Amino acid sequence: MGKFGETFLNWEVMAQYAPKIVEGFFVTLQLAAVVVATGLAAGLAAALVRSLRLRLVNFFIVAAVDVLRALPPLVLIMILYFALPTVGVRLSGFVATWLALSAVLAAFAEEIFWAGILAVPRGQWEAARSTGLGFLQTMRHVVLPQAVRLTIPPLTNRTIAITKGTALGATVAVGEILYQAQTGYSFSYNPSPLTLGAIAYLILFIPVVWFGRWVETRFAWKR
Amino acid sequence: MQVILEVAGLRKSFGHLEVLKGIDLKVAARELVFVIGPSGSGKSTLLRCCNRLEEPTSGSVRVEGVDILAPGVDINAVRRRIGMVFQSFNLYPHLNALGNVTLALRKVLKKTRAEAEDAGSLALARVGLMDKANAYPNELSGGQQQRVAIARALALEPSIMLFDEPTSALDPELVGGVLAVMREMREWGMTMVVVSHEMRFARSAADRVLFMDQGRILEEGPPEKIFNRPEQVRTREFIASLNG
Repeated sequence: MGKFGETFLNWEVMAQYAPKIVEGFFVTLQLAAVVVATGLAAGLAAALVRSLRLRLVNFFIVAAVDVLRALPPLVLIMILYFALPTVGVRLSGFVATWLALSAVLAAFAEEIFWAGILAVPRGQWEAARSTGLGFLQTMRHVVLPQAVRLTIPPLTNRTIAITKGTALGATVAVGEILYQAQTGYSFSYNPSPLTLGAIAYLILFIPVVWFGRWVETRFAWKR
Repeated sequence: MQVILEVAGLRKSFGHLEVLKGIDLKVAARELVFVIGPSGSGKSTLLRCCNRLEEPTSGSVRVEGVDILAPGVDINAVRRRIGMVFQSFNLYPHLNALGNVTLALRKVLKKTRAEAEDAGSLALARVGLMDKANAYPNELSGGQQQRVAIARALALEPSIMLFDEPTSALDPELVGGVLAVMREMREWGMTMVVVSHEMRFARSAADRVLFMDQGRILEEGPPEKIFNRPEQVRTREFIASLNG
């Protein structure tokens, strides 16, 4: 293998840091799971509230969504982790990263769900309401099932993109994959732990990408 | 004579445009009232005000004696007594025919799935589509879709059915099947208000024909009078334009 192998695929170093990377793998997995769950749920909730068309409430939703979409997620994480303690709120790195990424995912998801809700033709609302279904019943049984199908491709892409941002947790000492890999690199002066980290990310996210593709086909319109 | 639908002094404006300029209309039980008129005359708006898909600007609408514009009225309870059929069918594309028919039975009438499917199957049988219960809307012809839409409304056992140009989006060869179902409904004694351009159907099935023009009912009467001996010049012109 020569110099390349010794540098990037140093078995000795990899064996030494593998347990730490595995540990990091599960932290990333946990963080990703809570971010996806919280982000998508909050995004859907915001889109539903927005569909009530309360002028003042919608102004705040749109403003918040725009801010969250414009800010780099890392800035949010830094604010939550480093700035909040000055006003007495002390969050762990995990919680700060979780909240920041969830908020960003929620913002994007809200826009996507909202676009999906708007894309359902007005006639669907009218047909459902004319049979006596209420607003929420129509939303739940008629509009959302159609809207969600429309939104699955963009939503999957955005969810994967933001979930990968869990690596940003390394900057606030969350013991996830990148943090462990970086630590291993610093101690060993050998980048092999980073290689191992990359492999860990692939093991985690390739199935997610595949799952996304499967969901897209599964929910494609029966035509 | 039991009055099912009673509209009085109904006005509706969209911004500065007054689409309905004072409509008075009584529809008796088992009556089939046919509404004709040029496009933009307010026919669809009149129907849509009768179940508050459009909010009337003023006037009153009573269905089975209930003032549906009264504050605090349970509009969902009112609407399930008023069936509506749309030009563009508006079937739910994610549900099969039976699912389309049973949704409101389950969620509005709170029937169990089994009860709803019994009632839904019966409604599909009444429009001759029992064998299409599991078909999705995109697997059905336009005529079949419209018949499923009729079954969806019928299944709720409404006291009146409103048809908003039910055959206008159909290919000519599919119109007959929908009209046949409507004719049967008349035989069962369903009260119906039909906005349509199907004059042959109007002549043979309508009890009464209303001619609407510029937001008003200009003339009304039995079909032979409106079609053969209209009093108003506008009505005559409109009938003539239809006959080419």
